[in-house]
Amino acid sequence: MIPAPFDYVAPTTLDEAFELLEKYGDDAKILAGGHSLIPMMKLRFAQPETLIDINNIPGLSYIKEEDGYLKIGAMAREVDLEHSDLIRDKYPIFTDASKLIADPQVRNMGTVGGNIAHGDAANDHPAVMIAMNAEVIISGAGGSRTVPIDEFFYGFYTTAIQANEILTEIRIPIPETTYGNAYHKLERKVGDYATAGVAVQIGVDESGTCTYAGIGLTNVNATPLRASRSEEALLGSKLTDEDVAKAAQYASEDCNPSSDLRGDEDYKRAMVGVLIKRMVHKAKGRF
Amino acid sequence: MKKQITITVNGEAHTAEVEPRLLLVHFIRENISLTGTHIGCDTSSCGACTILLNGKSVKSCTILAIQADGKEVSTVEGLAPGAELHAIQEGFKENHGLHCGFCTPGMMMRAVELLEKNPNPTEEEIRWGISGNLCRCTGYNNIVKAIQYAGAKMRGDELPSTEPEFIQ
Repeated sequence: MIPAPFDYVAPTTLDEAFELLEKYGDDAKILAGGHSLIPMMKLRFAQPETLIDINNIPGLSYIKEEDGYLKIGAMAREVDLEHSDLIRDKYPIFTDASKLIADPQVRNMGTVGGNIAHGDAANDHPAVMIAMNAEVIISGAGGSRTVPIDEFFYGFYTTAIQANEILTEIRIPIPETTYGNAYHKLERKVGDYATAGVAVQIGVDESGTCTYAGIGLTNVNATPLRASRSEEALLGSKLTDEDVAKAAQYASEDCNPSSDLRGDEDYKRAMVGVLIKRMVHKAKGRF
Repeated sequence: MKKQITITVNGEAHTAEVEPRLLLVHFIRENISLTGTHIGCDTSSCGACTILLNGKSVKSCTILAIQADGKEVSTVEGLAPGAELHAIQEGFKENHGLHCGFCTPGMMMRAVELLEKNPNPTEEEIRWGISGNLCRCTGYNNIVKAIQYAGAKMRGDELPSTEPEFIQ
C-alpha cells in the first residue's frame, strides 16, 4: 500500500513550522511519530497535500518537573516514557500505559503529543491525561495557549488544535497530597486498541479521605471520557470497597461503548466496572 | 515532486531522487536491492520489516524513506559482513529459531536492539521485547532460546544448551 502523492517539508524551528502551516493550512498535516498518520495515508483515508515533518525541530522531547508541573514535550517518544526513572518512580500510570501502547518498535517512533493530537478515543494517553487533569499547550505564530484536557477533544479525530497550530507540550499538575495512579487496558493481543481502558488518579489527606479523584476511560465513547459521577462518588469518601463499587457501577452506566469484534456493549460496560475497581486498588497501593 | 535523499545503509551512503511517498522498506528492497528486509503485513503489525534507524528498531513499512534522509539504517545484511555469523544469527542457527524464515530478519534486528539495551534479559523481557514481531511457525520457544544464546555469547558467558527439551 502506497500513500497518494504529497509534498514533504521538514522545518528545523517551530517558527518555520508555523510559517508553513500558515501557507498550507488545512491541506497540510503534521508528521510526528507517524504511526497513526502513515497507515491512514497508506489506506488513503488521509490524503494531505503536504506533510510537515516536525521530527527535526530540537527541544520538544523533554520529560521534566518544573514550576509545579510535570512537563512532557510533544515529541517525547513512548519509549522515553517507558524507560524514564522519573516517570517510573513518581508517575507510574505512564509506565502502565506506555507498555501497553502498540509494540516496542512502534513505541520507538510514537510520540505522546501525537497520541493526543490524533484525537482518537481509542488511544491510551487521553484517558490518562483526563485522570491527571492535564493541560495541553497549543502553539502558533501568535504565541501559545493553554487548553484544559476537558476542553481539548471535540469529536472523532477533531481537537481544539486549529489548522495553523501545533501541540507543543502536555502539562500535568504535580499533586500536593499523597496520591497514586494506575492505568490498564483490556486488549485482545499486543498492539490492539483497548476493548476498554481505565485511568485512575486518587489523592488523599492525612485522615485517608479522598481529596482528588480523576478517572478517564479509553475507547468506550466517541471521545475520551471523564467518569464524572464515579469521581464524585470517591471524593470525600474513605475509598472503602463500597465506595469503589459505586464508582465502578456509575462508570459502567455512564460510558457509551459500541458492540464490535472486541466485545458487545454489555461486556464492555462490565469490563469498565472491573477495571475501575482494579485501578483504584492499584493506585491506593502506590500511595 | 522528487527530492534528493542520502541514507547510509550498513555503512554505505546511498543517494537517490525519491518521491516523498516512497516507504523506507521499498527504498531498501527496490532502490538498493537489499531484499533481506521483508514486507509482511504492510500495516506495522508483524515486524517482518524491522530495521535499525540510528540504532533504534523500527518498522520500515510505516516510515517514509525521506524521513531517513541523513540517517543510518542497519539491515540484516549488515549483521555479519564477513564469513563469520553475528551472535544473533548463530543463536537462531544453533537453536532452530526459524522454520520458514520469513520473520527471521525482523526478529534478529529487533533482538539486536533488545540485547544492546538489556544484555541479560529474562525470558519475560525477551517475550515482551519481541511482542511486535509475529512468527507463524515456531511458537516462539526457539526464538526466545536463540536470543538467550546470543545474549550469553555477547556477554561472554557459558553458552546455554541447544539440545531440544523433551517432555518426560
